Amino acid sequence: MEVPVLKQGDYLIASIQSALSDQDLVQLRDSIVQKVGKLRSRGVIVDVTVLDVMDSFATRTLRDIAHMIRLRGAETVIVGIQPEVAFAMVQLGLSLEGVACALDLEEGLAYLNRKSPKSTKKGA
Amino acid sequence: MARTEKGLTVKEEAVVAINIDTDIVVARHKSRELAAQLGFSYVDLTLIATAVSELARNIVLYGGAGEIQLSLVENGVNRGIVVVAEDHGRGIADINRALQDGYSSSGSLGLGLPGTRRLMDEFEIVSAPGKGTKVTVKKWKR
Repeated sequence: MEVPVLKQGDYLIASIQSALSDQDLVQLRDSIVQKVGKLRSRGVIVDVTVLDVMDSFATRTLRDIAHMIRLRGAETVIVGIQPEVAFAMVQLGLSLEGVACALDLEEGLAYLNRKSPKSTKKGA
Repeated sequence: MARTEKGLTVKEEAVVAINIDTDIVVARHKSRELAAQLGFSYVDLTLIATAVSELARNIVLYGGAGEIQLSLVENGVNRGIVVVAEDHGRGIADINRALQDGYSSSGSLGLGLPGTRRLMDEFEIVSAPGKGTKVTVKKWKR
């Protein structure tokens, strides 16, 4: 199940639609890292609202995505981690240290707008 | 169809064969579905599905192939779910080390087994080099 990665102005939005296999997650990572260069994006939002499980592999892959995107000069924010999922992640010993998270898409966009103000763009 | 085993009455059972990464998704979905029949809270369902996900991934990573058996059980007082993850892979030489946070022989985060232990109420592991690995975990409904 491929995750659609859509361009929204300066940002990329990856909106996960269903449970993902490990392979799907790796594909998502590769696709985002490529697209951020091709579309010259300044920020990436990964929406995980529909995920009812985030195990060690999913967490590690999301962390990798955020770190790789930072190396490409853009910001990543993970949005929509559900309360039960957050509880399970903490019990498991997982953290997304060094990775920005926000409550939902709206908060994620607000975070990116603060991080990369429009005024830095040419002609704005 | 109920039967009794080691003082536990088994009410419902399901087996998921684990060979490739997509089987992990099937196993956690099935565990959530089965556990929901007992009326576990949404938090507990998430903990169970996360534990099953870790155990199933260990099979794919280290065991090559195996299965996850899920059973709803009753011991006269409590009801719960038993998850048995079994493979016939290379086994674990040093179980104590495998149960430590952050130890991994595969470059993963090393939280699979110790983390799973924290997610569930009971945890038991039997393994020896070349003899495969069998992990049994239980969660009781509160």
